Amino acid sequence: MLDCGLDMTSTLNFLPLPLVQSPRLSNLPGWSLKDGNAFLDKELKECSGHVFVDSVPEFCLPETELIDLSTVDVILISNYHCMMALPYITEHTGFTGTVYATEPTMQIGRLLMEELVNFIERVPKAQSASLWKNKDIQRLLPSPLKDAVEVSTWRRCYTMQEVNSALSKIQLVGYSQKIELFGAVQVTPLSSGYALGSSNWIIQSHYEKVSYVSGSSLLTTHPQPMDQASLKNSDVLVLTGLTQIPTANPDGMVGEFCSNLALTVRNGGNVLVPCYPSGVIYDLLECLYQYIDSAGLSNIPFYFISPVANSSLEFSQIFAEWLCHNKQSKVYLPEPPFPHAELIQTNKLKHYPSIHGDFSNDFRQPCVVFTGHPSLRFGDVVHFMELWGKSSLNTVIFTEPDFSYLEALAPYQPLAMKCIYCPIDTRLNFIQVSKLLKEVQPLHVVCPEQYTQPPPAQSHRMDLMIDCQPPAMSYRRAEVLALPFKRRYEKIEIMPELADSLVPMEIKPGISLATVSAVLHTKDNKHVLQPPPRPTQPPSSKKRKRVSEDVPDCKVLKPLLSGSIPVEQFVQTLEKHGFSDIKVEDTAKGHIVLLQEAETLIQIEEDSTHIICDNDETLRVRLRDLVLRFLQKF
Amino acid sequence: MDPECSKLLPALCAVLADPRQLVADDTCLEKLLDWFKTVMETESSLHLLQDHPCLMELLSHVLKTQDVSPRVLSFVLRLVGIFAAQEDCFQYLQQGELLLGLFGETGALSWTAWNMPSVRSGWIQGLCSLAHHPSALHFLADSGAVDTIFALQGDPSLFVASAASQLLVHILALAMQGGASGSPISEAAAWPICAQKIVNHVEESLHSKATPQVTQALNVLTTTFGRCHSPWTGVLWGRLSPPVACLFERDPIPAVHSLMDLLLSVASPQELRTQAFGVLLQPLACILKATTQAPGPPGLLDGTAGSSLTVDALLSSKSACVGLLCQTLAHLEELQMLPQCPCPWPQVPLLGATVTILRLCDGSVDPSSSMGGRLCGTLGGCVRVQRAALDFLGTLSQGTSPLELVLEVFAVLLKTLESPESSPTVLKKAFQATLRWLQNSHKTPNCSDLSPDALLFLGELFPILQKRLCSPCWEVRDSALEFLTHLIRHWGGQADFREALHSSEVPTLARQLLQDPESYVRASAVGTAGQLSSRGLQATSASPENPLAQQGLLMDLMHILSTDSEGFPRRAVLRVFTEWLRDGHADVIRDTEWFVATVLQAVSRDLDWEVRMQGLELAQVFLIQAMGQPSLHCPYTVGLPEATSPRPHPEFLQTLCRLPLFEFAFCALLDCDRPVAQKACDLLLFLRDKTTHCSGPQEAGDSPNSASVEAVLQRWREGEQGQPLGDLEPEAMLAILRSLDLEGLQGKLAKSSDHVEKSPQSLLQDMLATVGILEENEADCY
Repeated sequence: MLDCGLDMTSTLNFLPLPLVQSPRLSNLPGWSLKDGNAFLDKELKECSGHVFVDSVPEFCLPETELIDLSTVDVILISNYHCMMALPYITEHTGFTGTVYATEPTMQIGRLLMEELVNFIERVPKAQSASLWKNKDIQRLLPSPLKDAVEVSTWRRCYTMQEVNSALSKIQLVGYSQKIELFGAVQVTPLSSGYALGSSNWIIQSHYEKVSYVSGSSLLTTHPQPMDQASLKNSDVLVLTGLTQIPTANPDGMVGEFCSNLALTVRNGGNVLVPCYPSGVIYDLLECLYQYIDSAGLSNIPFYFISPVANSSLEFSQIFAEWLCHNKQSKVYLPEPPFPHAELIQTNKLKHYPSIHGDFSNDFRQPCVVFTGHPSLRFGDVVHFMELWGKSSLNTVIFTEPDFSYLEALAPYQPLAMKCIYCPIDTRLNFIQVSKLLKEVQPLHVVCPEQYTQPPPAQSHRMDLMIDCQPPAMSYRRAEVLALPFKRRYEKIEIMPELADSLVPMEIKPGISLATVSAVLHTKDNKHVLQPPPRPTQPPSSKKRKRVSEDVPDCKVLKPLLSGSIPVEQFVQTLEKHGFSDIKVEDTAKGHIVLLQEAETLIQIEEDSTHIICDNDETLRVRLRDLVLRFLQKF
Repeated sequence: MDPECSKLLPALCAVLADPRQLVADDTCLEKLLDWFKTVMETESSLHLLQDHPCLMELLSHVLKTQDVSPRVLSFVLRLVGIFAAQEDCFQYLQQGELLLGLFGETGALSWTAWNMPSVRSGWIQGLCSLAHHPSALHFLADSGAVDTIFALQGDPSLFVASAASQLLVHILALAMQGGASGSPISEAAAWPICAQKIVNHVEESLHSKATPQVTQALNVLTTTFGRCHSPWTGVLWGRLSPPVACLFERDPIPAVHSLMDLLLSVASPQELRTQAFGVLLQPLACILKATTQAPGPPGLLDGTAGSSLTVDALLSSKSACVGLLCQTLAHLEELQMLPQCPCPWPQVPLLGATVTILRLCDGSVDPSSSMGGRLCGTLGGCVRVQRAALDFLGTLSQGTSPLELVLEVFAVLLKTLESPESSPTVLKKAFQATLRWLQNSHKTPNCSDLSPDALLFLGELFPILQKRLCSPCWEVRDSALEFLTHLIRHWGGQADFREALHSSEVPTLARQLLQDPESYVRASAVGTAGQLSSRGLQATSASPENPLAQQGLLMDLMHILSTDSEGFPRRAVLRVFTEWLRDGHADVIRDTEWFVATVLQAVSRDLDWEVRMQGLELAQVFLIQAMGQPSLHCPYTVGLPEATSPRPHPEFLQTLCRLPLFEFAFCALLDCDRPVAQKACDLLLFLRDKTTHCSGPQEAGDSPNSASVEAVLQRWREGEQGQPLGDLEPEAMLAILRSLDLEGLQGKLAKSSDHVEKSPQSLLQDMLATVGILEENEADCY
């Protein structure tokens, strides 16, 4: 199984979980059907024309109908965003296999899960709405609730215990490490340049190679650069995790982010940045490190609020081997690879587990707050939205591309606060993909259907799709696709002592042949030729005859023949040996030599020779021996 | 030639003729040639050769053996050309068979060093210098050189090829001017042989099927018509315009852009111009066609049914598409400013096409065809095309456009200025184009006012400008400030504009940029703040975060002048101050004396010479305001009754001493940077001129005070500048002023400071010295 991401956009249908009692949210009117029927008003609330489920947020799980997940042997994880559904799979499906991931992926993935669990568990909600999920009722609801798919499979968040148990099934791997899977294939993670420890995977046998490219980046940010060379010579390249905003260039967006941040703060407003606790935030902090002095923002406090803020900032500094070259070399100076260490030291950046506690003592405005969750449905961000939403001096800047910012903002409307959307997605765009494919030249590309046509909103942008030759094979949800290659060869090892016994014969310059008699031993998809068991030594001469009868395998081996028969010389030889009245006929595949007198016919073809004579075994043997003179035996 | 150089010349010639001596520095040879050229301007080259046999020896040595380096070979070819530019010397060299030996078919062409582009280039340049008289024309015709030049037009070295074209033009002009004594020769048969040969060649090339040949011919013609407009060029065009016109009938049209260059340089007939213009418009017509749902916009497509080849070029590859569009836009921009600009000028479709190109670049166009879709992909985010289109858009602001198109222009400009994808260079161009459209578009009867649409536009522009002033990219902050300064300069007096500006945060943000870490930005911010203040538009609400804003801007600028570590902001401050002084800014006239004194004090210590220059400029403005304009020493004003300038009030002279302006000017006179000293000299001359009638004995120069000043000045010259001149009376100052030989000093300063090092003698010595070292090393080896 390749990755197991969690679709969190389902949470956008739910009301935010406020950290402190929000009169606004708790006083929202219940929703009632057109006919005035208000039986759902406890479950559904209305806010500025949108309807939300008033319940603990729920998540949309990976597809489980199509395949029995208990039969999955291995899960390969490409980056920490792509493992958020892991506890659902490892704990509730009978899964007994192994999960492979790099260490930063596992550690930061743990932080993301821990944050998620924490955000949800610390605001216990008594109510759990389920009535609306009834198919007959769902039909009556307004969009987008009406159109939500498979709502019956939506699940509440997992617990920390489940997270720990899931993570214990992870086997840590390093870049370029070769891992044997049941002898059938070898898998290898390669740096994908997108996030700390993010990987592409190569799955290969001795004669076939499949690359799984997911969430890769060619930009120079903090992670180790993408390893492209190792992807060459792939039979199939499975491509996914491209940028979600192909028209936005991350550099321009970072500029936009900085400009709007400075503009707000200079006018005395506060800036809220809903974000994940790891990833782009490191790059943003680095940009701000260079920018704040020049923008005259040295006195503005930057707050990073997350239950895992401290761990995230510290983890980033210790994963030196997973960082880009520049940052790696800092470690040897020794200096912290990320400049946020200095921001913390100089008190410009302060981090807190939550808004409760120390933060409330230190809090000064105007300020810049980085906090989660980017969906605006849970986490400390909910509090700041409620706090700052009423003033047009303040700005919320969306940098994470995973959620539609308009949908995220819906339960906060009407909103006076300024909203800026500058999604920063460093993953491959289509120009980069086409360069990559030119460089790597896979025989076939397999990708989601969405990448093979321009985005629906920009149907004329023929440049916003994968353009490769032969055209990419696309797949859609729940579709089964046969990869376009067949396994034709297997590799077989020969045991040294058996190899020793071989006597190769050169039949052409550079080509030698040898016959092998051996036992093929197959175990764990590995094939080994071992010397055949020696015929057990006859204990006495008396029994020799019986033994030879009992072991029919040990027949005298006939030699193998090779070479071709030159017809003219063969005819001459026949004549020398007293055959006369010989006629040669050419056929499509070779020749027929007719011995009319003897009423015999010799059919010579490229790969076979037949002697057809009428019950004259002596003649046949004579002719056979003459034929054999022209062939090599070994 | 001065005797010193004459003495050094034989040794130098020997060095040049010696293959073992390497002339390491090419520039020496260039300087040597320049020097010979200067000498030949005043002296006879024949005499020079006769007086310095070493020169002839060098030439014949090279002719005989050619064992010198290609560099020296090239040098000799060029040198001979310079000598032979004078007809008598040409004859002299001709007699010695030297010219044919060097430039003829058995000359340089047969040398192995001919492979070197530098030698071929030397050959061409030699001929170019030589071709200055009728004898040279005969030589060129007889020696076969012209055919060689034809061949060199296709030389692999671009420098050689281009020089060959230039030479052909030069020869053609010489032949035609020499032959035509006043009246144009209309009969081709009567043209000199050289000219006939060249014109025939050009004509043949125009008929050629090979595009490079056509390009070469077109380039020769473009240069010819670009250089001169004698009667003969008219005759020439009369003969060659038919084959040029024929080029338009070919498909594809060869060398389109060389053709355009030619047609831009020549007053071609209307019909041909229209045809050429049609070709030029094709790419834009294609763009419009690919992006419009309607059957087609009127104007641009009429008669220019988009050639399939243009479409192919647009779609074949990104680089072809970008190249074609940039060239087209640049040509159109150039064309609009020329007298031969087509009439009627298709302003509306051109504007439409340009806006469309910009929208293709920012991805906001919704193309109707698959070609449009491809163009979208090709041009998306293409900075080069964006820049070219914005330049042309700016030019188009001069024409009259319908309101709906003007609104589209404003919209696309806003989009470009707003887009996070716009690069700093694109933004700069967008700001420039915006300014031009604001200035020119849709003028109301009261022509300096902004139109209501422009005001609406400004309402949307200011928030964007606010964001750009906070950009992390300093180039963007800088061009935003420059743009703002221009805006205020133009419309700072207009009430609507002032209101729009005041209701934004722009003035506050601009003021904050006085503390920007980037010096260029600080400099621009100084200019903007100065302009805002001049117009009474300074930021009203001082932010508590910024203590500087609470003080007056004057103090801020004084602070920058005395503390900023970079020169640009300090220069900018002085420019603002000078302007304030000139315009009588309220903060300045409140206490002008204090203002000037404080500025001069800061400036006198400044390490940047431009700041000190600006300081003198400010002092001059101050003096002019008090003493009147400098009297003109212009011969044409002699007849006019000279207005007697008011005699300066004695108190004013006291003020000058107190400031101390005298001291400042005297110090500047000794400045190690020549322009400062020159400026100080001018200022003191002005002062002396204005004070000639002042009281005070002429013999004041003998007074003890002035003696002490002179002593101090003398010590200053010797490098003890820390010492003040002390409190001095105006009389003493005036005495010094009179005693100084300012005219003499002015003359000395007018010469460049390296005039000694640049002398030919020094050049020859230098060249010999480098060789001398070689000789020493050689001796060591033995």
